[in-house]
Amino acid sequence: MFTETAFIRTKRRQELAMKILFGLMAFAMVLPLITIVTYLFVQAWPLLSFDFLLSNPTHGMRKGGVWSALLGTLYLVTTSLLIAAPIGVLAAVYLNEYAKKNLFTRIVNLAVVNLAGVPSIVHALFGLGAFVLFAGVGRSILAASLTLAIMTLPVIIASTKEALSSVPMSFREACWNVGASRWQTIRGVVLPNSVSGILTGVILQVSRTAGETAPVMFTGAVFFKKIEEGNLLGYSLSDQCMALSMHLFTITTQVTDAPHALPYATAVVLLGSVLVVNATAILLRVRLRARKRW
Amino acid sequence: MEQQAVKLPGKSMASEHPHAARSARARRRAWEGPLEHGIEALIRLCGVSAILFVFAIFFFVVREGVGILGDLDVGKFLFTSEWYPTSLGNVRYGVFALIVGTFSVTVLAMLIAVPFGLGGAIFVSEFTSPRVRETLKIIIELLAAIPSVVWGFIGLSVMNPLIQEIFHVPIGLNVLNGAILLALMSVPIMVSIGEDALKAVPDSYREAALAMGATRWQAVHRVLLPAAKNGLLAAVLLGVGRAVGETMAVLMATGHAVNIPTSPFDPVRTLTATIAAELGEASVGSAHYQVLFVIGILLFTITFVVNLTADLIVKGRGRD
Repeated sequence: MFTETAFIRTKRRQELAMKILFGLMAFAMVLPLITIVTYLFVQAWPLLSFDFLLSNPTHGMRKGGVWSALLGTLYLVTTSLLIAAPIGVLAAVYLNEYAKKNLFTRIVNLAVVNLAGVPSIVHALFGLGAFVLFAGVGRSILAASLTLAIMTLPVIIASTKEALSSVPMSFREACWNVGASRWQTIRGVVLPNSVSGILTGVILQVSRTAGETAPVMFTGAVFFKKIEEGNLLGYSLSDQCMALSMHLFTITTQVTDAPHALPYATAVVLLGSVLVVNATAILLRVRLRARKRW
Repeated sequence: MEQQAVKLPGKSMASEHPHAARSARARRRAWEGPLEHGIEALIRLCGVSAILFVFAIFFFVVREGVGILGDLDVGKFLFTSEWYPTSLGNVRYGVFALIVGTFSVTVLAMLIAVPFGLGGAIFVSEFTSPRVRETLKIIIELLAAIPSVVWGFIGLSVMNPLIQEIFHVPIGLNVLNGAILLALMSVPIMVSIGEDALKAVPDSYREAALAMGATRWQAVHRVLLPAAKNGLLAAVLLGVGRAVGETMAVLMATGHAVNIPTSPFDPVRTLTATIAAELGEASVGSAHYQVLFVIGILLFTITFVVNLTADLIVKGRGRD
């Protein structure tokens, strides 16, 4: 029979110690998430209602709800998604399916990494200089959305590229062998097989866009704007708008005598919508992955 | 069969006249050629768009700031810490304290985040069952999704009193506060990129190590970490990049005082926060406005150099 020597015992103890240590480090992330969400929710509870979502801020943002900010964020997210998603997905298709392994491709990849690394406030400066002033779009939903779209492009490119590269090469080869062209292969085999990953990237872009503050501060978001309550078409693309993220910033830093629960409730609405969007992405990915055929 | 033909005339036509179907296919092929060329051109254009955007960002930020570059003494700008952009008598633009502010918050954040990030990555990748791994990855993803302005709000209204109470300091808005927030924000990136790096190590490495009688920890320590070190380095550097560029959280949580910190409990102001706080007040085209764009150029350059270095190190070593 196998007997445990001192050497093996040490090894096993060490193993257990490391496992516990790393486990604690990993679970150290669970704690702040749960604490933060719970704490914010408890503090915000007295104000949370559908009425809070559907009414404009009033009394110098000391009362009322978040309707105009919520709708503004929705506009920004949708518009920037419509701009960024096609460009991002096609860019990833280029990088994964067309680009040869050469210096140029390396530079393109480097540009994507750098675009992701540009600080959000520099994107804001760029948006102000390029769209608001140079292109003459003015401070508007369109200018802010363009800024956000360029900023979040790398999110879509990276996750789409990952999804595309997880499609086995043999799938493409089989398709080419029956005479399909490169694009036919991409459309018929590569994209359908990577749709879950692409969707995840797009949804992540949505949640990232919704939370960004700095890039919209100087390109299209305003301190306060009143719009018709409950009307989903309350803004147009050339309007300035309120944004949830900026609204949270202003009521915590500029409005000093707001009721205690108000900033918490705003934070909960912002955080809640972001987390719901992300959870949707996760559920979608899990379901689609279960259907994967390889 | 007869009835079906009546119900679906289109389908029956095709089956009765094979030529009709063939010519339809031929017609489709006729427009598919040019269409495909068009799509491929579009794909190539989108592919290089990232390069265009990076150049555009650099170009437009420089364009707005270039007016003052001639009048600005670069040495004084970078190495004095007198930041009085709106002084009536004696305007001074020295960003040294802001640079120190940015780096002090970043360094402290990394000291907290790197062990947790890498430890978390190792645990998620090597030490846990698939079920726990999936759950943890979801939680990490949700943590990463928390917007920076919400972190800033937490720093302002939750951490601020907490730090005051625990460390008995008069203000809780300081380097430590910002660093803890930045650490929480960058740990998820490090875990997910680090996990990818570990996952990229072929399973045969693990199997070989385990077959030799190594424990999992020995396999991680002796085989996987050396094999994945480039990816792990990239994970850390991406965390650094995020921390340097972070705006809203540090704007709200670090106290916003131009100050060279001597302890973690001193308030500071960062480069990013300065732009965010002052761009709204500076009138377009004024000297103050242009200087803020020069700070933008500085930030762009810092992150560009960090990313480029990271890429060169990682790719350079990868070739060996």
